[in-house]
Amino acid sequence: MTATRRITTVWLGLLALTFASFLVGVEQGAGLESVAAIVIVGVALFKVRLIGVHFMDLRVAPRALRLIFEGYVLAVFIALTVIDLTIS
Amino acid sequence: MGRVIVAASLGQVAGGGAASVHSEVEVSPSMPPAGTAAAVRRRIPGEEGIWVFVLVDMTVFALFFATFMYSRGHNHQAFATDHASLSVVLGTVNTLLLLTSSLVVAIAVQHVLSGRHRHVPMLFGAALACGLGFIAVKALEWSHLLMAGKSLVGSEYFSYYFVFTGVHLLHVVLGVAVLSGLIVLSRRPTLSGRQIMICEAGGIFWHMVDLLWVVLFALFYLIR
Repeated sequence: MTATRRITTVWLGLLALTFASFLVGVEQGAGLESVAAIVIVGVALFKVRLIGVHFMDLRVAPRALRLIFEGYVLAVFIALTVIDLTIS
Repeated sequence: MGRVIVAASLGQVAGGGAASVHSEVEVSPSMPPAGTAAAVRRRIPGEEGIWVFVLVDMTVFALFFATFMYSRGHNHQAFATDHASLSVVLGTVNTLLLLTSSLVVAIAVQHVLSGRHRHVPMLFGAALACGLGFIAVKALEWSHLLMAGKSLVGSEYFSYYFVFTGVHLLHVVLGVAVLSGLIVLSRRPTLSGRQIMICEAGGIFWHMVDLLWVVLFALFYLIR
């Protein structure tokens, strides 16, 4: 697979995820806001990871740099999830 | 297992005037393992400085995100009411514009790295157009909100909204300036190693603008 085809495939995935999270955002029912919020934040941070790995070329970066980026994504997801579940 | 990534930078010359040639091939397991020892040659995309800047900026935004979620937890009803005033459609349009601009920039950078930069000014130009489209949609959205009486003061939700999207908009404006510079730079018939690095670093900045928006879009437009 060429680089252009790979990043175009990733872009299509990003569009699909945007559409999916749009649907979750529009359809989220009363009482399920917390679950919907975690799903939406999770999808958003997975998109961030895709952008980092494939568009920013972190897949060929030194492991330390990639770990810092992936650690950031995971830490933000955990922090936002914990805040969402515990603060009310 | 999976694919082996070969990324090799050739022709490093001291003094920043290198004619750098970068080739990228994704080798499937069925291909002969020629050059396996040289495979997975890791390198820092762009240069170290841009990553320091990007990671610091992303950390500041992470604090923004956490602050917003914390306040939302304490004022859930008020946030849900104000959230209903935002246009999810306009937010989605802006998301699609930035994702598409990021794709085009990533393709442009791949062309630069492989030494085929004839179409690169046009690609950076397309990304620039998407960036200008984002600014236009944001201006339209802000004007609608301001005319509806929503502003920086009066509502905690809209204070966050205008400050965070405003700071992000400054990044977009800076990114548009960077893309303009890259269009001029990539019009040269040949690019030095340093100029190739500048193209890649500029692309990384633009991708950061994109990924920050992806989270802002989720927080402000999608979750209630």
